[in-house]
Amino acid sequence: MDTDQLIRTLAADNAHRAPRVGAVLTMALLVAAPLSILIFATFLGVRHDVMSAMHNPFFDMKFAVTLSLAIPAIIVSLHLSRPEALMRGWGWLLLLPVGLLAVAIGSETMMAPAMPMTMRLMGKNSRVCLLAIPAMSLPLLAGALFGLRHGAPSHPALAGALAGLVSAGLAATLYASHCTDDSPLFVATWYTLATALVTAIGALVGSKVLRY
Amino acid sequence: MRGREDEWTGLMRSAMAGDDAAYHRLLKAVTPVLRAAARRGLARAGQPPDQAEDIVQEILLAVHLKRHTWDSEAPFAPWLFAIARNKLIDTLRRRGRRVFVNIDDFAEMLPGEVPHETASAGEVASQLNTLPQRQRDVLQSIAVDSASIKDTAVKYSMSEGAVRVALHRGLAALTAKLRDQ
Repeated sequence: MDTDQLIRTLAADNAHRAPRVGAVLTMALLVAAPLSILIFATFLGVRHDVMSAMHNPFFDMKFAVTLSLAIPAIIVSLHLSRPEALMRGWGWLLLLPVGLLAVAIGSETMMAPAMPMTMRLMGKNSRVCLLAIPAMSLPLLAGALFGLRHGAPSHPALAGALAGLVSAGLAATLYASHCTDDSPLFVATWYTLATALVTAIGALVGSKVLRY
Repeated sequence: MRGREDEWTGLMRSAMAGDDAAYHRLLKAVTPVLRAAARRGLARAGQPPDQAEDIVQEILLAVHLKRHTWDSEAPFAPWLFAIARNKLIDTLRRRGRRVFVNIDDFAEMLPGEVPHETASAGEVASQLNTLPQRQRDVLQSIAVDSASIKDTAVKYSMSEGAVRVALHRGLAALTAKLRDQ
């Protein structure tokens, strides 16, 4: 087929209108979310003392941290779904949860905590945390990758890593309502490890499936 | 340069608003620039220039299928060159070459350097034969026989809507096959 013929064919298809990447990503995450919630409801569930836990600022802080990961990750992943987009000027958004955690760790240290540092860091749920966050992330990761496939990222592995951050941030938000370890030290250690694992999976899969 | 790129942006805006003729003009206008850049990129990688047309066609397909990622408030050229650069890198990588693509390959074209020509390429044509019958018929009718969507619908006793669907799916399938080959 010569190039003029191809151009004529493409022009004939001009009437076709694709939805925006943001719309497809939103739909895909909404379709995936019930699966993650099902895993949560089946194996985890909300902690029993949730009503009193809500008065503990460190319990609430966990949601601030996980959502400050998930929401900026969605914004940056949509930005990177445009081929000419650069990370420059956008990376700081991903440092929001890191900053929040640093502030939380600092304030916990100043409040003369009841438990020694190693106990706060190790907690009681580290193993569940490392398993539950990735497990609940997987459906959301598949959804995020599906949504971002609709875009045209110039760096598929990077875009895949962001899909990992999106899904880990959302899964960690669910997990935070189950876990009784509220110390920011616990969150900074185990949530971060779980997120890193999901991000690595996202980058690996993304490098294959996000090429366009 | 500036003037040319502003013209592209204007044409793309019209195209996105539904002006098929503007879209056709735009694709015609960018093709010689893409072709020259593809040749330069191949030469830099020590590859023969005869694959340039395959790259041009792959770029055009990607531009078409990903045009919803273009922000109509932004200039068109940087978006186009990002896709072009990506496709060139992909092609060279598939051939196992170390890749040195200079972004300037796509930016330093002088307006005088753009002779009009068309050329055929093997890859799109050969992947065309692997498509499902209906998509192949529609693509062939519109591309090779220059039939309109209406004429194609009459010829294959399909509705115009069905022709449009087969056309779009065929182009998407073709692009996927080229990428994964």
